[in-house]
This record gives sequence, C-alpha cells and structure tokens, in this order.
Amino acid sequence: MNSPDAKSNELLTSSQLRALEAESIHIIREVVAEFEKPGLLFSGGKDSIVMLHLAVKALRPAKLPFPIVHIDTGHNFPEAIEYRDRTAENLGIDLIVGSVQEALDSGGVQASTLPGASRNRLQTPVLLKTISNGKFDAVFGGARRDEERARAKERVYSFRDEFGQWDPKNQRPELWNLYNGFTNTGQHIRVFPLSNWTELDIWQYIFEENIELPSIYFAHEREVFERDGMLMAYSEFLKPENGENVFTETVRFRTVGDMTITGGIKSDAVTLEQVIAEIAVARVSERGTSRADDRTAEAAMEDRKREGYF
Amino acid sequence: MELLRIATAGSVDDGKSTLIGRLLFDSKAIYDDVLDSAEQHSRKQSSEYFNLALLTDGLKAEREQGITIDVAYRYFSTPKRKFILADTPGHVQYTRNMVTGASTADVALIIVDARHGVVEQSRRHAVIGALLGIRHVVVCVNKMDLVDFKESAFRSIQNDLHALLKELKIESHHFIPISALQGDNVVESSERMPWYKDGPLLPYLENLELPNRTQNAPFRMPVQYVIRPLSNEYHDYRGYAGTIASGSIEVGEEIAVMPSGATTTITAIESPQGEVSSAGEAEAVTIRIAGNLDISRGAMLTSSTEKPQTDNTIDATICWMGERTSLKMGTMLRIKHTTHTARAMVNALECKIDINQISVTESCEELKLNEIGQVTLRTSEPLVFDEYSQIRGTGSFILIDETTNETVGAGVIGRPPYLGDVGS
Repeated sequence: MNSPDAKSNELLTSSQLRALEAESIHIIREVVAEFEKPGLLFSGGKDSIVMLHLAVKALRPAKLPFPIVHIDTGHNFPEAIEYRDRTAENLGIDLIVGSVQEALDSGGVQASTLPGASRNRLQTPVLLKTISNGKFDAVFGGARRDEERARAKERVYSFRDEFGQWDPKNQRPELWNLYNGFTNTGQHIRVFPLSNWTELDIWQYIFEENIELPSIYFAHEREVFERDGMLMAYSEFLKPENGENVFTETVRFRTVGDMTITGGIKSDAVTLEQVIAEIAVARVSERGTSRADDRTAEAAMEDRKREGYF
Repeated sequence: MELLRIATAGSVDDGKSTLIGRLLFDSKAIYDDVLDSAEQHSRKQSSEYFNLALLTDGLKAEREQGITIDVAYRYFSTPKRKFILADTPGHVQYTRNMVTGASTADVALIIVDARHGVVEQSRRHAVIGALLGIRHVVVCVNKMDLVDFKESAFRSIQNDLHALLKELKIESHHFIPISALQGDNVVESSERMPWYKDGPLLPYLENLELPNRTQNAPFRMPVQYVIRPLSNEYHDYRGYAGTIASGSIEVGEEIAVMPSGATTTITAIESPQGEVSSAGEAEAVTIRIAGNLDISRGAMLTSSTEKPQTDNTIDATICWMGERTSLKMGTMLRIKHTTHTARAMVNALECKIDINQISVTESCEELKLNEIGQVTLRTSEPLVFDEYSQIRGTGSFILIDETTNETVGAGVIGRPPYLGDVGS
C-alpha cells in the first residue's frame, strides 16, 4: 500500500522525514560527544551519502571531526569511487581506504578459488584490520533495519568484541535515546544512525534535500549480461561465462556495491521523481534485485554479521 | 499525521509474530522475494499452512525454536501513515528486550490468546507498559477461530483486562477480536464476527490520534555537544547542540542554564533546515545565547520560570536487566541520565513490585533479572531531572555495570502512579 502518488503525501512525508532526520542527528551528536575516535563508513552508495549529509548538518558550521573510511574491494564502480574522492575533498576531511587488493597482494587475506566467489567476504577481515589500525572506537554504518531480517534485529549502538564479532543473542538493552557506548580497549561500537529509515525514506529525503548521487543510480545505457536473473555490468572484473551473452540495456542500480555482485535493473528512470515512483511500486526488495551476496544461504547476512561484516 | 511507533507484546504462542506477518503481508509491505524465502522455509518445517511468523523472526535460533528472542523492527506504511513496529519477545527470560522495544513506543499492542485469557505475561507487559508511560494500549484477542468466534469469549477477556488496565491507570485503550492466522479483523472486517462493530485493526491504527501529554510541558534541552568551529569565518561561534526533550522556545526568550541556574537569552536557533525563530519537542537544534556562560555536555537549558529539580538523591522505579548480577543495597553503578553520566550507589531498596498482585512486597533484599522495584539512588554529582510521568526525556535513565560495561538497569524517576501510597 505504499502510495505511488508521492505528491498527495507530500506533507505527511515531510513531517515523518523530519522526525527521522532529528533522530539521526541526535545519534551522530552523541557519538561525537562521547567517543574518542569515530570514523564513518562511506562507499559512495546512497545510504552512506545520506548519513554523511546528516553528519554535516549535525555538526555545522564546524568541520566534521572524523574521517570517512572506505573498504575498497578493488572492484567498485568507478562512478562511486570518483564521487567518494570528490566528497572527501569538498568537505576537507580525511579519507581512509582499506584495500582488499593490497591485503590480497600482501597475503593478508586469501582469495577463494571457487567458481562464482566474490571479494564480498574478504571485506570483513580488511574492515576489522582498518578499524584496529585506525584505533576507531566507534564506526558509523549506513545499514537500515528494513534491508534484511538479521539487520532488523540490530541495535542503534551495536557492540563488537575484540574479534569484531556481533552476538545477536546477547545484545545490550537499548532504552529511549540513552545509548551505552562504554567499551574496553580493542572493542568498538558500530553505530547505525539510519536504523529506522526505509529505502523509500532515503529516496524521498534525497529528493527533498536535493542531494547529488553517483550517476549509476539513474537509468543509463550499459553493456550487461544476465546471471541468476540479474543484469551484471560487463567489466574487467566480471566477464560472462559459457552461454552468457553481452548486450546493451538501459539500466540503473538500486544499490551500489562491488561490481561483481551488484546487479542492475531495467529502468527508464532518469530523474529522482521517476526513481521514487518506481520504488514505491516495486515488488522485490533492493537486496533481492541487486545483491548476489545475500542469495548464497538463508542466513547469509546473519552469518557474515557475526564475523564482523558491515 | 505523526509517525506511529508501536510495540507488540504477548506471551509465547499468542500468535504475535503471525499478526505482524499478517499486517505486513496484507498491507503489501512484504517484497515478493522475502515472501518466497519465508515460504521455502515454511515448507522445510513442513507446516500445514504458510507460517507468517517466519516473516519477522530474523535470527536462525528464532526460526529453529519458533520463538522471538530479541526485538525486531519492522516498517510499513499506508497512504495515511508510516508505522515503526517493534516486535518484542514474550518469553519471561527476554523481558529486558521487550522493555527495549517498548521504551520508544507510543502505543502498545497486547496480544492475548482467546483460549487462555489474561496470563502472567499479559500482566507483566501491561505493568511494564504502564511503567514506561505508554500513551495508549490496543488489545487484540487472537485465535478467535479456535473459540468459534464467540462473543462471550471476547467479552470475558475484555472485562478481565479492562479491570487490570484501570488498576494500572491506563485510561486510553481499545479491544479488537481477531484471527491473525486467517486475517479476521486485521485489515478487513470479519464476516464471522458480525457482533463486533468497531472495525479492524489496521484502519484503527491509521486513524488513531494520541493524547498529547507534553503539550504544555516546560522547555527542557539537555546539551549534547558544544559546537565550536575554530575557523576564521566562525571565530566566536559557540552553539549548544541538543534535542528538545519537552516544550518549545523562541528567539529572544529567557532561559535558565542548569544546574547553575544562571539565566540568559536565546539569540539564535538553528534547525536542520537552517535558522528558525522557534522550535519544539523532539527537534534536533543548535542554540546560541547572549553572554559567556560555562555550559558543557551534561548541562540542561530549561524554562527560567519552571525549572527542573536538582538533587543527588533520587527515588526511582528500576527494571533490573543484569543476568549475572543483582541489585542490592550499596551496589555501585554508572548512571546515564539525559546527556549526563555519573556514578550512583543504591541507598535504599524499598520494595519489589509483585506483578500478579500489582502491589509491593514489604521487604526486599535484592532485585534479580527482570524484576521491578522501588529504589533510592545517591549520585556522585547532582542530576537535573523531572518526574518521568511529567517529562519522559528528563525522567529516564539507564544503569551500566562498571566492570562489564553492560546495561543492567532501566529506571524512571518517581513512583508509578498506579502504586499510590502503598509501601511508603
């Protein structure tokens, strides 16, 4: 019953977005006030872009007092990387890149040789190493509870032990807006300021605030091939296998991840209004349409999160 | 209309997750791929019918055991309203997770099995709802299909719960007979219960207007963070950032800075949309004031005519959440109240609240996991506070174990209204 008629709900939408915005700003300010070394995970995807936008609002006119951190699989969309670099420069803040490629080159992690293996799982050890090297005690993530059922269980302040692990059966009670950020050395808190936002909220907020996005979110022509019902971008990192034909299609991406696991969808939506209209009537979740990593097992996300994934 | 935050509560096997699954399913908030995966799992469990609860139970351990362990947050919207639903566990051992879900809710949705009526868990949830100052309670009498949709079954439960809610001083409530499994009175009116005329659950929630209890409450804003840009452009800028806990303010108004009590005038208010002339409850703002005063995190900006209390001794009701420890006389803890963290010592443990009798036991040695009691705390620094029944944001706190850093207690300042003068 999500109404595709966004206009008639404009006022309603606006007051609800303002409530979500205030809640997120409150969380971000708590973290900046209470932690010694926060960092903000930034991929150039829409959720991390909105999170960064909120952080700027929470602390303005002061400059952001923490760096943005990106775990780069080396297989990212160039449009997202360009956006990432330009954003850090415009805001005058540090960009810390945890590189999966470097970890592979130095033998820090081993690539799987199994067919169809991506670098998705390799991000976890690199992320944990980047957090410990940077001595981060709080790490902002753009995950939303509506994305996936394991994420629906996560606290706003999610405690991670010395191994970076999440223990979903033993989470700290979290009451009102009183967050417990106490940790011992080596432990950290993952903070999710967008916990209560939905995909549609994110898009409507981007529209209301007129936030710039990487171009891959809008319909464009691209060389693709079909795999498991998803349109994969043809690139040097991912090539078609037997029986898969490359063709040109007008697509956009609903999420922005590693190119080898992120599928596009057929779309003619070139403006934000058109994208919002499409999402409002979509029948498949964003992770369902575009993330091969969630399809591997029934509890794929919960298992990865326990190990320390985003 | 405002965003509606709902917490569901019920006991094991009341069909709470099924009801939520039904709400999500019938309001088309479930994407097809999510439905497919739940259906596949349902087949794996060889259920006779499609198990709607699988849509909400998100952890492997929950799906295996068919129980809810921790809160799951769900989101759905209709053309009229957006809902945030905290699906909380019913098992007594996970009560603290239920409290987590209920603390941010406006409405409690209590689910009762039509065959069993009011059980201990229903009472516990109603008491916790009352303690947390839930504004409105909706009771769904579920599994009406198993009592042949008989009106007498519904009315008898309604009478029992009505008495309980009255005792708890929860004035605002509503009862609906449903079958979550078969969809009766959830989104569509049930043809099998023509005797019930008040309409199904979803339209009721869509149109629900909540009593605004804090409309005339005095201004309170705990200072979260002092913004000082230290740049040439903003050389002398000093802004006090925080979320307004209650009341409203305007530029030019006089305010007090607590705990010092010094007064000053507001010179500017910045909202996420830029400079504004006034702001109200729940808004995240930055306030600038005239003159130089010593204000840091933990201070509170308040109305200059109606000030909060300042004291280092507070009476409060505690729900203890520590698994390995209990709360006793002399227990030392960290207390986080508004944006202020201090140390607290248990000075007196007056009584434990008996959920079944809704009364207090005379003497009490300790509070164990999931127990609720009345205590007096002495704090290392004075707290600036109001009674929870007056202002939620300045009347609530959490207790943190100094060794393990775990959150071991939730507290509300003052005595819950339903206890009256018993035990004092």
